[in-house]
Amino acid sequence: MTRTTRLVILLVAVLLLGGVGTGAVLYAAHRSGMRDQQQANGPTVRTGTVSLRPTADRRLLVRNLAWGPHRDEIATVPADDPQGPRTASGVKCLRFHAAAGTGICLQAVHGTLRDTYRAVVLDSHLHELHRFPAAGIPTRARVSPSGHLVAWTVFVSGDSYAGTNFSTRTAIVDTRTWKIDDNLETFRVIKDGRTYRAADTNIWGVTFADDTRFYATLATGGKTYLVRGDVGARTLTTLHRNVECPSLSPDGTRIAYKKRVKGASPDAPWRLYVLNLHTMKETATAEHRNIDDQALWADNSTLVYALPGDYGSDLWTVPADGTGTDRRLMTSAVAPAYLG
Amino acid sequence: MYLADSRSTKAAVAPDTRPGRRPAAVPGTVLALGAVSLITDVSSEMVTAVLPLYVVAGLGLSPLGFGLLDGINNGVGALVRLAGGHLADRGGRRHKVVAGLGYGLSALCKPLLLLAHTLPVLSGVLAVDRTGKGLRTAPRDAMISLATRPEHRGRAFGVHRAMDTTGALLGPLVAFAVLRATVDGYDAVFAVSGCVAVLGVLVLVLFVPRRIEPAGAVQLPEPDRPALRDSLGLLRRPELRRLTVCAALLGLTTVSDSFLYLLLQREGDLRADLFPLLPLGTAAFFLLLAVPLGALADRVSRRRLFLAGHGVLLLGYGLVLSPWHGIPAVVAVLVLHGTFYAATDGVLAAATAGAVPAQHQGAGQALVGTGQAMARFTCSLAFGAAWSLWDGRTALAVTAAALAVSALAASFVLRPADEASPAEVSA
Repeated sequence: MTRTTRLVILLVAVLLLGGVGTGAVLYAAHRSGMRDQQQANGPTVRTGTVSLRPTADRRLLVRNLAWGPHRDEIATVPADDPQGPRTASGVKCLRFHAAAGTGICLQAVHGTLRDTYRAVVLDSHLHELHRFPAAGIPTRARVSPSGHLVAWTVFVSGDSYAGTNFSTRTAIVDTRTWKIDDNLETFRVIKDGRTYRAADTNIWGVTFADDTRFYATLATGGKTYLVRGDVGARTLTTLHRNVECPSLSPDGTRIAYKKRVKGASPDAPWRLYVLNLHTMKETATAEHRNIDDQALWADNSTLVYALPGDYGSDLWTVPADGTGTDRRLMTSAVAPAYLG
Repeated sequence: MYLADSRSTKAAVAPDTRPGRRPAAVPGTVLALGAVSLITDVSSEMVTAVLPLYVVAGLGLSPLGFGLLDGINNGVGALVRLAGGHLADRGGRRHKVVAGLGYGLSALCKPLLLLAHTLPVLSGVLAVDRTGKGLRTAPRDAMISLATRPEHRGRAFGVHRAMDTTGALLGPLVAFAVLRATVDGYDAVFAVSGCVAVLGVLVLVLFVPRRIEPAGAVQLPEPDRPALRDSLGLLRRPELRRLTVCAALLGLTTVSDSFLYLLLQREGDLRADLFPLLPLGTAAFFLLLAVPLGALADRVSRRRLFLAGHGVLLLGYGLVLSPWHGIPAVVAVLVLHGTFYAATDGVLAAATAGAVPAQHQGAGQALVGTGQAMARFTCSLAFGAAWSLWDGRTALAVTAAALAVSALAASFVLRPADEASPAEVSA
């Protein structure tokens, strides 16, 4: 082969491969353009005012995933009519939670070099009070019942070849002082009554009991633990094994969580369980599918959680005591929070 | 060293050493291999950059425990690397074929990513991708050694590593440009990455010669087919044995990048959002310094520079442990870390090339590289255990002390035979 032949082959290949690549980009761009069109048979979404202030009627706030101009915005529906028309707020969040007039909104910031993320604390009018940079991809967010503390978890990935090492980073902010605990891994871990240190600790999924105590998941040595955290003492104490993404019931007696069950397929390992904190007795819920969400208590006896759906994700509900059956609450929604 | 250099230059009556003409220190083959690495790294780093986002946001999965297979991957990776080096030496130097297989295998994995929607399948595809990388590394380095005159190998490897790192820095930029243009079109990122990977293979096929005649003073007799025994028997050569032992010894005390960044963040109380920029800092200084330090290695001794590089790393550890914190301190550590890579990565390959005869270049590169990789993996396990036992700071202090001892031992081991002249080695 002469030099010219080789250069011609290279040129043809560049054109051909460039064509394939451009085609793939154009196709994907067209497809994402479709998502801005109102979807057929989708829920009605209209613009309106969304407030986090407690009102007489109970409301459910979600990140709206229905196709159309309000996709990804925080929207509200009456708690007793979740399939009804949605009121969109104009505020876009990847993850969201709210309580007592305080909201936490985890957002992506699309830069030219890379995506960055931030955690934004919102007041009752969904106006920004304070923002914090976040180290990775948002996954969980919670506000304490009083609205004073907020917590979030992001995924951080190492930049090693093929970057398969993921870790989490969880932060807690006191909205009265704006003091931030950037990384809960710096808290003292008390495992089986003794101080425990490890490089591989990961903490995620904070759920608040009050303005001092919280629960979360601690992972180390390939195992997960339910830990009770103390913001003042800066400690994490292990309570129970095999608990991920805990969610404390409003009466503070039980933890809903995802449990890694034996015999499940490795790509669908989790089931929704409830742990009684007094008796440490575990109860399986009637939801038998794989759950990968931090469940939410609608009241002291009902759980709400997200499952993959046609437009990303749907919200489902199941009784917390193991009875009944699972039921779809609303389509095209994720990151729920009840207000009022 | 100066003597050895001038002797070999005199012995080689090559046209490009005539006065008035700049010697072609970096042959076309090395530039072609550098281009292949650059293109391939753009492709693979595109995937790396968006993979976490794809898993969490695209697929909606929790990726913890995703790295669980890393240990197995490391072990298999080491075996594949040895096999790649050995196979490449067999049958009259099939370096290009084996390297091509490796690049091809990785290219094949990119479209497969489009079909992987669960973590186990995704891990599998990534493992195959890594196998491709393991397979191609030793033959590629062997081709660089063979194509370059011995006295210029440091610079040649420096140029290759700089091109490689350039690709690694460009990949994420391309990936996010595609992601921006398509609004979360991860499939488009994988498709473009696949096209780029195919282009890399094509550049290899078209522009890297099938047989690379050793550049240098001595022409070899037609090589025999080295058997597995011969490849492993390379360790009987005192020079290669010393180099392998030292690379492994120093590898045992080299803290993995992720641990170092973790410590840097915790000790320096670095803002969380700056954390993802740490690897970019190291890569940038590696890129800047790879060529000058490679050239320096050719002039002074490669072994000495390799040792000096570890001295720089030791300084970096000291800085992490020191009370000096803040952004300037972090930047200083990244400069030292990047310098360490620039002074050791390509330089070790160049030193290895000088310690093995031409027909064993593949196996030689594989032995030293694998020894170093396995040692670093062992260090990671030990470091994690030490962190649990004491704490991160103490673990680093102990490792730093061990690195000082290792470096001292290595300087003693490497002292008696400073770089041999090419004539001695290839004879």
